[in-house]
Amino acid sequence: MDIRRREPEEFRPRHRYFVSAVVIVFLIFVGRLLYLQVIKGQELRFLSENNRIRLIKNPAARGMIMDRKGRVLVDSRPAFNCMVTPEDVGDLKDLTQKLSRFLHLSPDEIASIIEQRDTPPFQPVLIKRDISWEELSSLKTHRLDLPGVEIQIEPVRTYPYGIVAAHVVGYGGEINKEELQEKKGYQMGDWVGKYGVELMWEKHLRGMDGGRQVEVDAAGKEVRVLKEVQPACGRNLYLTIDLDLQRFAEELLGKRSGAIIAMDPLTGEILAFCSSPSFQPAVFAEGISAQEWERLVSDPLHPLQNRGIQGMYPPGSVFKIVTAAAGLEEGVINLDTPFNCTGIYYLGQRGYQCWRAGGHGVTKFYRGVVESCDIYFYNVGARLGVETLGRYAEDCGLGRPTGIDLPGEKPGLVPTEAWKRDRVGGRWYAGETISMAIGQSYLLVTPLQLLNLMSAVANGGALLKPQIAQRVEDLDNKVVEEYPPEEIGKLPISAKTLEELRAALVGVTKEDAGTGRGARLEGMEIAGKTGTAQVVRLKGGERQRAEDMPYKLRDHAWFVAYIAAHTPLAVVVLVEHGGHGGAAAVPLAREMIRKYLSLRRGEQ
Amino acid sequence: MIDRRLKGQLDDRLVILTGALMVIGIANLFSATINMPGEGIPFYLRQLLWFGIGILLGLSVFVIDYRYYEEFAYPFYLVVLVAVLCVLIYGLIVGGGQRWIKMGFFYFQPSELMKIALILALARYFARHERKDGYRLRDLVIPAIITMVPTLLIVKQPDLGTAMVMVFIFFSIVLFVRIRFRSFLILCTAIFLATPIFWFILKGYQRTRILTLLNPYMDPLGAGYHIIQSKIALGSGGIWGKGFLQGSQYKLHFLPEHHTDFIFAVLGEEWGFIGCGAVLALYAALILWGLTRGVMTQDRYGSIIALGVTAMIFWHVVINVGMVLGMMPVVGLPLPLLSYGGSSAVVTLIGIGLLLNVRARRYVF
Repeated sequence: MDIRRREPEEFRPRHRYFVSAVVIVFLIFVGRLLYLQVIKGQELRFLSENNRIRLIKNPAARGMIMDRKGRVLVDSRPAFNCMVTPEDVGDLKDLTQKLSRFLHLSPDEIASIIEQRDTPPFQPVLIKRDISWEELSSLKTHRLDLPGVEIQIEPVRTYPYGIVAAHVVGYGGEINKEELQEKKGYQMGDWVGKYGVELMWEKHLRGMDGGRQVEVDAAGKEVRVLKEVQPACGRNLYLTIDLDLQRFAEELLGKRSGAIIAMDPLTGEILAFCSSPSFQPAVFAEGISAQEWERLVSDPLHPLQNRGIQGMYPPGSVFKIVTAAAGLEEGVINLDTPFNCTGIYYLGQRGYQCWRAGGHGVTKFYRGVVESCDIYFYNVGARLGVETLGRYAEDCGLGRPTGIDLPGEKPGLVPTEAWKRDRVGGRWYAGETISMAIGQSYLLVTPLQLLNLMSAVANGGALLKPQIAQRVEDLDNKVVEEYPPEEIGKLPISAKTLEELRAALVGVTKEDAGTGRGARLEGMEIAGKTGTAQVVRLKGGERQRAEDMPYKLRDHAWFVAYIAAHTPLAVVVLVEHGGHGGAAAVPLAREMIRKYLSLRRGEQ
Repeated sequence: MIDRRLKGQLDDRLVILTGALMVIGIANLFSATINMPGEGIPFYLRQLLWFGIGILLGLSVFVIDYRYYEEFAYPFYLVVLVAVLCVLIYGLIVGGGQRWIKMGFFYFQPSELMKIALILALARYFARHERKDGYRLRDLVIPAIITMVPTLLIVKQPDLGTAMVMVFIFFSIVLFVRIRFRSFLILCTAIFLATPIFWFILKGYQRTRILTLLNPYMDPLGAGYHIIQSKIALGSGGIWGKGFLQGSQYKLHFLPEHHTDFIFAVLGEEWGFIGCGAVLALYAALILWGLTRGVMTQDRYGSIIALGVTAMIFWHVVINVGMVLGMMPVVGLPLPLLSYGGSSAVVTLIGIGLLLNVRARRYVF
């Protein structure tokens, strides 16, 4: 059978073109091979034998971080690193001897760094980071005696104002294996933001690394730059923080553990954010040692923890704001509903105390808030019930993160019957409802949540997202991104209720019997609420003065406040183990407000 | 269905060509990965195992008359499409590009198999819809959809190289089954005009990415550097090469991906112009075999399958070798039977099985 005759005629004409196309393509490839391997073969062989083409990275400087007035909190400066390319080192022993004299390292240390590398020999190995000017100049002077040694310039973070807002600014470090897998466009050895705004604004702060392809001679010295890409600096970030107020807050807290946060209630901008004790971000910039890290992590005071958003505490009497609002709004009380405070409230067999031993007598709404009468709020809480109270707490922004752009924010906790059944076990007791009404029980909040709640009371009921950054600008000062006020919720109360509540909160500082009278300022109405977060629960009948208790068991002191006229500022102060009734917190808040006003006067 | 005389029908030329490329592939891979720290089994042994699986699958594909496949072309296409989709969705959930499905100890790329599924589906369509006077544009709508749906999914993965090959397979088949000249002109003009519009839709960084793709020297620190190192490795081989196991360029890790996408550069360094020329000759012979002995059957369906498989191998070779020779943009695409990679090896051998199948049954009509 003749197969040829039976082949399809249909495809025949195009078939010829296909065959010719394939033949032509392969001939082109052979031509290219001839060119590369035969004509340029010698030249390329020379390059290959000497590994003459190197790639040298030129890392970009990160963007600056500024306060709201443009003062530079975080900058970058060039650091000089001493590198050695193992392949170009002639006599290793000789080199380590010489280097050890200039760098103040022992020859063995240098030798072991070079020998224990896991990179190919043509890749430079870091011997010493951030060498001093003296070290640098002696290396430069003796460069001809030091084959294989090169200086690499790397930008490092500097902090012109020292340790300011460390928990906000955060830190960075060399990228690790997990981050390398998560983030795209990074390489081993890259510096990456790990905490605070350094982490959250990584995308903007990070620049574009440059680099160059160079041809080197046998000693590893650059002969010729083949291609070069200039690095591009990162963008600049303007925070909402006011440096003066921030530093003042940090000095106020001093050695005490706690947090102070100040906010503009009308915009949600954070003006000061201070968590104490703090840490030195610069330590991270220079590459933190294992011991240093261990010391920070195991410190019992947890300096790395950002108390403003990661510290969860019982809100104490500050929570009475929620209970009061819920009571009025639900109609279980009105301004004139009286409760008689005898100093103790009986629920079945058990007695629940008021903080004032003798009791407040017959108490109505205003005095109940102003003097923070526990019995009054036990009654309100009992009438509301746990579910209603919990719903109001959640609508006031408690029990969930505020959404501030800082890493690791904790949600706090608003307990419910179901929550208790699932997590703790057992049913919910009526006693737990009434202690929840005064901010104890299982309730947990972060200082920022209370501040945000207070800001909403101040601004007329809008819960705003706390903003830590104002804007991102590129190198031409063009605004790339802005962060305008963002409403995340509304307080669940009417304007009338809010007005009544605000009047009572002003009374807290205005009345002589008010728990916040210590915050009074001449000619300025201030609204506030004190609180005590119990660290250990007192047993019935027991009353102890703070000074008599061991430090670790003392109560935390809360005070949240805002300037009543035009509400330009709200502030929260938490002093850990600061004792009862906000005694330690109230004066700090007053000083914050005073400082804020004097700063504002200075501006005008 | 299975013919006893099949053994005699295995085309020995194609078998020899494929075998030669596999032997060269293993030897070259052995040298390329000799001092690469692999986990457990060395790369060349793993590749040998893949070849074994590929040969078994290729033989199975060969044994069953390919005309039975026609019935199952669309269901098979859909199944593979779903697999590609699953991988994509999984990737979106897990984050990052995802091309793999884990099968026991191995990872498999459904996008590789998609090429075979596409060829079978397109072949069925064109075989059933014959147009003596050439296809008009409106006749190409359905095959275009058949091609573009998986292609777009694969672009999303993102695996630009495989997506490119899919489109090229489509155009190869369309040109082969004959498109009307006027329709062809309109198609070319349309693509030409659509490009700038498409360009404006793209975001800034996407444009940069494509520009870099077209011109690696725009990215001299990344792809551009690879190309330079690839050319140095290849060129330093000279006429005769440095000899087996004598290459230095890649062993010092100068050459990235040297056991997968840049394997041809390793071959060039050790075997020189002679070795590269020989391998190119083998590929040319295999492709020309496909275009003559494979394509020339009485059956439209078989012809188009053979053309599709040949086109697949051809475009892989062209894109990969073109890249290593520094004539084309850097696109990650394996060189059939030489690059390390299980999915590619298995799919290539399945393709060879199809070619043998079509060839063996050319008398039946």
